[in-house]
Amino acid sequence: MSLDARIPSGPLAQKWDRYKSDMKLVNPANKRKFDVIVVGTGLSGGAAAATLAELGYQVKAFCFQDTPRRAHSIAAQGGINAAKNYQNDGDSVFRLFYDTLKGGDFRAREANVFRLAQVSASIIDQCAAQGVPFAREYGGTLTNRSFGGAQVSRTFYARGQTGQQLLLGAYQAMCRQISLGNIRMYPRTEMLDLVVVDGVARGIVVRNLVTGEISLHSADAVVLATGGYANVFFLSTNAIGCNVTATYRAYKKGAFFANPCYTQIHPTCIPVSGDHQAKLTLMSESLRNDGRVWVPRRKEDCGRPPASVPEADRDYYLERKYPSYGNLAPRDIASRAAKEVCDTGRGVGPGGRGVYLDFSDAIKRSGEDAIRDRYGNLFEMYERITGENAYRQPMHIYPAVHYAMGGTWVDYGLMSTLPGLFVVGEANFSDHGANRLGASGLMQGLADGYFILPYTIGHYFASTKQVKVPASHAEFKKAEEGVRQFTRRLLSINGQRSATSFHKELGRLMWENCGMARTRQSLEINLKRIPELREEFWKNVKVTGSGEELNQNLEHAGRVADFLEFAELLCLDALHREESCGGHFRVEHQTEDGEAKRDDANFAYVAAWEFKGADKKPELHKEPLVCEEVHMATRSYK
Amino acid sequence: MNLTLKIWRQKNAASPGCFETHEARDVSPDMSFLEMLDVVNERLIAGGQEPFVFDSDCREGICGTCSLVINGIPHGSRKGTTVCQLHLRYFKDGQTVTIEPWRARAFPIVKDLIVDRAAFDRIMQAGGFVSVNTGNAPEANALPVSKEIADLAMDAAACIGCGACVAVCKNASAMLFVAAKVSHLNYLPQGKAEKDRRVKNMVSQMDKEGFGNCTVTGSCEAVCPKEISLDFIAKMNRDYAVALVKGELKKSAAGGVG
Repeated sequence: MSLDARIPSGPLAQKWDRYKSDMKLVNPANKRKFDVIVVGTGLSGGAAAATLAELGYQVKAFCFQDTPRRAHSIAAQGGINAAKNYQNDGDSVFRLFYDTLKGGDFRAREANVFRLAQVSASIIDQCAAQGVPFAREYGGTLTNRSFGGAQVSRTFYARGQTGQQLLLGAYQAMCRQISLGNIRMYPRTEMLDLVVVDGVARGIVVRNLVTGEISLHSADAVVLATGGYANVFFLSTNAIGCNVTATYRAYKKGAFFANPCYTQIHPTCIPVSGDHQAKLTLMSESLRNDGRVWVPRRKEDCGRPPASVPEADRDYYLERKYPSYGNLAPRDIASRAAKEVCDTGRGVGPGGRGVYLDFSDAIKRSGEDAIRDRYGNLFEMYERITGENAYRQPMHIYPAVHYAMGGTWVDYGLMSTLPGLFVVGEANFSDHGANRLGASGLMQGLADGYFILPYTIGHYFASTKQVKVPASHAEFKKAEEGVRQFTRRLLSINGQRSATSFHKELGRLMWENCGMARTRQSLEINLKRIPELREEFWKNVKVTGSGEELNQNLEHAGRVADFLEFAELLCLDALHREESCGGHFRVEHQTEDGEAKRDDANFAYVAAWEFKGADKKPELHKEPLVCEEVHMATRSYK
Repeated sequence: MNLTLKIWRQKNAASPGCFETHEARDVSPDMSFLEMLDVVNERLIAGGQEPFVFDSDCREGICGTCSLVINGIPHGSRKGTTVCQLHLRYFKDGQTVTIEPWRARAFPIVKDLIVDRAAFDRIMQAGGFVSVNTGNAPEANALPVSKEIADLAMDAAACIGCGACVAVCKNASAMLFVAAKVSHLNYLPQGKAEKDRRVKNMVSQMDKEGFGNCTVTGSCEAVCPKEISLDFIAKMNRDYAVALVKGELKKSAAGGVG
């Protein structure tokens, strides 16, 4: 099977307009004849469900949370990028496009990224009209801040809760459609399989998490908006419930999985405090606008109170190494730099795994009130977790797993290799290449949900002739039986170890051997250890309770089972990619000064993996990445 | 440190519940309260007993999923903090801690410490939105909003919909939640067109759901993890009164030429 991204022809700047002019339309009166399933109600899923319902499609939306307003998009703190150029500082669609493509180390599809930059401005208009309370100037206009990887101020924000406010916008739009009867909402419901009939995605199998009831839902198209897989590392900034189950089970049904090794490690998180820890907490990248990152120049000073280390003995390593971007160097680069200084023994705090993020200069310059105004809630959050006051002493921070750039492979129309299966937001692979810039995740989720999928799904309906497949079809029954068997098997093992203990062990393997620095050797260790761990899981996991009730233990065990398979795919992808790019850093491939060394001659492609059966090696398919308008430069932030 | 926990156990809404006592031994003061419960659950699973179910997701104080009453106070005694961000360093070694679900008629118990808060969604569906379709939006800066108003709207919009305000209220009133939601949109010019019908519809849905009345004791404001101000209740009451006084506008005849 060949991978056709179906990118429209013509100059980059005209591709999306050309697509929209050429695409087929569904007559308004016919739209109600099409059923669409949307799984996941974060920014991309919520926006898609609301917009598709507004257009007239019959939408069923599913989420595992108790209400669609709680998806993990809610946790995004810092902001959303858009090429509005309100600051008159030289921003443009092209510049946002170029920053995003370069930020992703030229491993994203050029045409997708350009379209993202094009629609970015409409997102801000849409959200403002919904009543998202963006930060404003006294004159009433919207204000901006700077974010990593950019030299313009193009990030819009709503205090420290931009994600929650944008999600509430999408949720409110969904509420309106629910009240109009255009969306049927299924909260506390988890998708457990995708149903494929004659090679086309036709529906899903879900479990009601309260009653345990399994039900079947058929539709003309299935949209997965199920987020990323960072929890394969156990400790990450993702919510406890985030998982790979929906996209992984779709992969097993034939949807290729692209670039799983592109994972993002965020430089500014609160360091791990102990074994009990269930998740890590991010401190917004926006803090790097005013905070300066440093460690002592000498190892001996690491134990001293930070204020007593004289200016001359501090190493502001980001400012030193990357003078033109300074503390706002992109995430992958800032994370690696933090690891590097800690590896030389100059890390601070417990275990020497931390660096300072210091606000004292900014407080001297602008006053404590100004800093409180900008970041008050973040400082409070830091204080709640660590018990320390960051106005008085620098924060301790350390990198943590945060985001997955990889995901289900999709074409230009956001459709996977399975016709009828669309994948949006973090769940797809499309726009961030090997590294995502700050404030671009919210932008992509809403772009996909509000402005791209609603067009491309209509084109799919209008250009394919499909007969309805009812949920009574044999394939649905087969998938249902598979799900029931899986649940029975988990419950019947009755071993000695909890699902959490397996998840933690997997996470440690992934962080140690497939984290910020990967080597052939470390990846080979994982490729040996993960199957062993998986085997032990299926012999020795202990799941209490039954399948016919609310059973969080069972839910988690199912997700861990998928992580245990998916982790192997991730390591396999990392092993095959013999280059360093963005968040994927192979120690064997670095420049003399320790920067990532890409290999465009051999690896300028999207690696899309096809499932070939349990215990069989997946097959690699390559989608070449061709930059028509820009040069694949060496990425430098110096 | 060690804690003695009295935790609410209830199979489902139809069965009666009761407290069970469990020891949390050798827990660290750096743990969050929920991480301590994770540890207790892991030990229960190891001993072949059923773990307690409780709601949580983001564990960074923003998704509003977690919902425990600790020693009689929703989210525990620390001001402006959700239970997922409440750390054990604020408890005493050897202390006895009671853990219960939200208790309100409009929030039926699902199991153990989990309740059903769908009533909040239904209130939002009654009018907690601006009726604007995707693609209809004017240029964002075409409608200036003063910083003061934008900040006020943001103060209200900070509500995470956890329901602590209902859980603490002796009347199980949802006034603070509904007021925050109404005020967020009613303050902004974008929400003005539907101001009157929004407040009327949302208040009417709130009453239908079986939430109690407000007697302005202020306990809701005191436990709110986002410290939403009681002032918004006054704002909502004003908006509601104005909407009632205005009454229904006469509907014009449907249809048109052509």
